[in-house]
Amino acid sequence: MTSIKSAKAQARRKSVTAYVLLASFAAFFLTPVIIMVVGSFKSDERVLADQKSLEAFSPTPFEGLENYQQASETGNFFTSLQVSLIVSFMIVIGGLVVNSFCGYALARLRFRGQRLLLGLFVALIIVPFEALLVPLLLMMSEIGWTDTIRAQFLPFIAQPLYIFLFYSFFKGLPGELEEAAMIDGAGPFTTFRKIIFPLARPAYASAGILTFLYSWGQFLWPVMIARSEEVRPLPLGLTFFRGTPPVQWADLLAYATAMVLPVLIVFVIFQRQFVQGVSNAGLKG
Amino acid sequence: MMFTAVFMVGPFLYAVYLSFTNRKLLSPLPTRWVGFENYIDVLTSSDFWAALKNNFVFSVVTVPLQTGLALALAVLVNQKLRGSTFFRTTYFIPITFSLSAASIIWSVLLNPSGLFNTVLEIVTFGQFTPDWLNDPRYTMAAVIIVSIWASVGFQMVILLAALQGVSQDLYQAASVDGANAWEKFRHVTLPGIRHQLFFTLTVTIVLSFRLFDQVYILPPKPGGPIDATNTIMVEMIQASGNNQIGKASSIAVLFFLIVLFLTIFFRRFEPKDY
Repeated sequence: MTSIKSAKAQARRKSVTAYVLLASFAAFFLTPVIIMVVGSFKSDERVLADQKSLEAFSPTPFEGLENYQQASETGNFFTSLQVSLIVSFMIVIGGLVVNSFCGYALARLRFRGQRLLLGLFVALIIVPFEALLVPLLLMMSEIGWTDTIRAQFLPFIAQPLYIFLFYSFFKGLPGELEEAAMIDGAGPFTTFRKIIFPLARPAYASAGILTFLYSWGQFLWPVMIARSEEVRPLPLGLTFFRGTPPVQWADLLAYATAMVLPVLIVFVIFQRQFVQGVSNAGLKG
Repeated sequence: MMFTAVFMVGPFLYAVYLSFTNRKLLSPLPTRWVGFENYIDVLTSSDFWAALKNNFVFSVVTVPLQTGLALALAVLVNQKLRGSTFFRTTYFIPITFSLSAASIIWSVLLNPSGLFNTVLEIVTFGQFTPDWLNDPRYTMAAVIIVSIWASVGFQMVILLAALQGVSQDLYQAASVDGANAWEKFRHVTLPGIRHQLFFTLTVTIVLSFRLFDQVYILPPKPGGPIDATNTIMVEMIQASGNNQIGKASSIAVLFFLIVLFLTIFFRRFEPKDY
């Protein structure tokens, strides 16, 4: 009797410890998020002044959307939003098409130099994009593309990592599937669309989510290439907004909230796919 | 394929070529071959070595800390407790934040009178409340905190998937043999997830050498204060901003060599299957 009881008590003590740990980590990860959202509804002076007390967590005095209006008027939020949306859309959609076709071709077609090409892509995975940006900047300036939106997405569409990811995924699919479809009279594109694409959804989700997060946060390249206001993506816009004195913390937090919240909402809705997408990438890498 | 050729192979060879020239953007003078001048210029400048040292310090602290924390979080979340999905979500949320947004939020929290110091003041009885972003002794620590906050969820998810792949039978067998929790972790969990652990470690190391966004936004000036958070990437940007394309290219090539070296070096420690 007593031993069962003490075992139970021990188990309970263990789970209490686990909960305390879980909750303190949750506080560490969530507090900045809460501060951001709460602060975006306050007056600029109160954001810093309230940090000394629990008032940091209460949006009083409530300023409504005034900070958001500032972020849009002074910070040009919507111009940057448009740039970021175009850039991310092109990188994600263009990347999925180009990389998956390339991976599919490498996995299924037989042609001269195929193995060499595959080896080249694998080798290129370790070349960090950061090492290429300087010559890329020069190339862009030679063809007069600096200060354009297309210079921000075109170089980032093809990614050896995802080509390889798609390649290994397609390689793992049995070739009989396509043969059967061919026998039924489907052309290569119909086969791809009807048979291969539905099977490859997880790979697409994985690559799509990762490229989206990457492109949405991209900062180094815009710092180098985007000069005028009309082509500034959100991260750069936010930096410029902070650089405009006086520093208005509430406005900045409103800008950050508006920039992060759409992603956050999509994340909460598609949580499972997000988490799976990221861990898939890890398992394959 | 064309994309890759145009935007990767081409630029890389171009970078190597440029690094041997005195190329400038829009210069009236013709480009001149200068041999190793840029490399000598970079490698003898104390700024470059200071930046490299900062990168190194950042990596040495962040990589073990972040991986360890990620593993701890993964183990915690993996326990079959009620609400563990909620906690997993919570820890993963910062991944959806761009580093620029994260840096802005943390600029508020790390203000001398910010919430972070308010908590520290309570915990340390008012002994330790540094000016994180303006005191060069603490800025790198601030950068590390923000970096870990923003990206540990990523590693956690990968390690969590790995943990769930470890067979339950092995744990039961260990229990039968009388293993305690630590022994199970040491002899069942760690070997079971070694591949993913190795993967996250190497990726984190390489990523840490790309450090840029946080050190550009968080301190009062990029790489500041007094170059306390200057990194290779900041050096490269500054050279290219000063129109020294040749110098910036040689930094890029050196950066690539460092990453290549690290990748090859750590390959050798890759766990083998028996």
